[in-house]
Amino acid sequence: MNRFLLPLGAFIVLVIFLWIGLTLNPREVPSPLINKVAPTFRLPQLHDAAKTIGPEDLRGKVWLLNVWSSWCVTCRQEHPLLVELGRQKLVPIYGLNYKDNRDDGLALLRNSGDPYVLSAYDREGNVGIDWGVYGVPETFVIDKSGLIRHKFIGALTPELIQNKLIPLVKELNGA
Amino acid sequence: MVHSKLLFLVLLLLMPLAHAANQAEITKDDPALEKRVMDLSAHLRCLVCQNQTIADSNAELAVDLKNQVREKLRQGQSEQEILDYMVKRYGEFVLFSPLVKSTTWLLWFGPLLLLVVGMGVLFVILRQRRKMMRQAPALNADEHARAASLLSGKEGKGHS
Repeated sequence: MNRFLLPLGAFIVLVIFLWIGLTLNPREVPSPLINKVAPTFRLPQLHDAAKTIGPEDLRGKVWLLNVWSSWCVTCRQEHPLLVELGRQKLVPIYGLNYKDNRDDGLALLRNSGDPYVLSAYDREGNVGIDWGVYGVPETFVIDKSGLIRHKFIGALTPELIQNKLIPLVKELNGA
Repeated sequence: MVHSKLLFLVLLLLMPLAHAANQAEITKDDPALEKRVMDLSAHLRCLVCQNQTIADSNAELAVDLKNQVREKLRQGQSEQEILDYMVKRYGEFVLFSPLVKSTTWLLWFGPLLLLVVGMGVLFVILRQRRKMMRQAPALNADEHARAASLLSGKEGKGHS
């Protein structure tokens, strides 16, 4: 009896570990930038190349930075949710137009609505790398003191917005 | 008709060359710098295709990261500074071989641990078996005689 109990026990432990492994998402690499000061940049604006934008301009408010691109299919899926969120005026959304063609980016905003207060234009993707972006879309939540408080990797969903994003923004605004 | 088929075949055979040309473009004017870029890139994980290093990968992000590495080396940053920069942005996961520290001891030395445990179990089992062999009761005279007759085949015939 004992002879079989030990291998069976080992087998069950193995199955439990593998089972847990199946539920993990290896694509979601936790960002080391959480609770760190947002990396600074100064980029031209998408709509007006003569003007620039940087995180310093937004000190003192809670804001979102949504990394997007017109060539990114998932971003297009996410887009209506952002437009809806922008309409609610809970939190200003700023865009980082990542490795995009300026005209393509502008065309997308014209056709599908523009949820962004402003979009920064990151042609080379260097700011993206500085922020640890490895797949678009990604959405950062930045607090009043300029710290990154959360990073959503991949498209936002109605559930994520309702259960995670909005409560977090309210909490940060309250504090 | 045959002509166009032949042309197609020739184009098909030329396809790998187009790819090679694309790769050769990456190697620029300075071979020494390029070698440092590639050596360092072999230590960095491509986060899009996670089981590849950015040296192996042609994913867009990997190419961008290689450009960053090249740029920083050109600016005179050391290899360690660049690795630190990447870890600060992308986390330790970006290092292709994990650091040796208390949380990764099991990862690094787990296989050795399994080997040691396995050898221990094997040793104990073998020793038990040998002990059992030694303690097996010896045959008495009657049993010896019966065994001998069994072996010579006399007794077996009666039963078959």
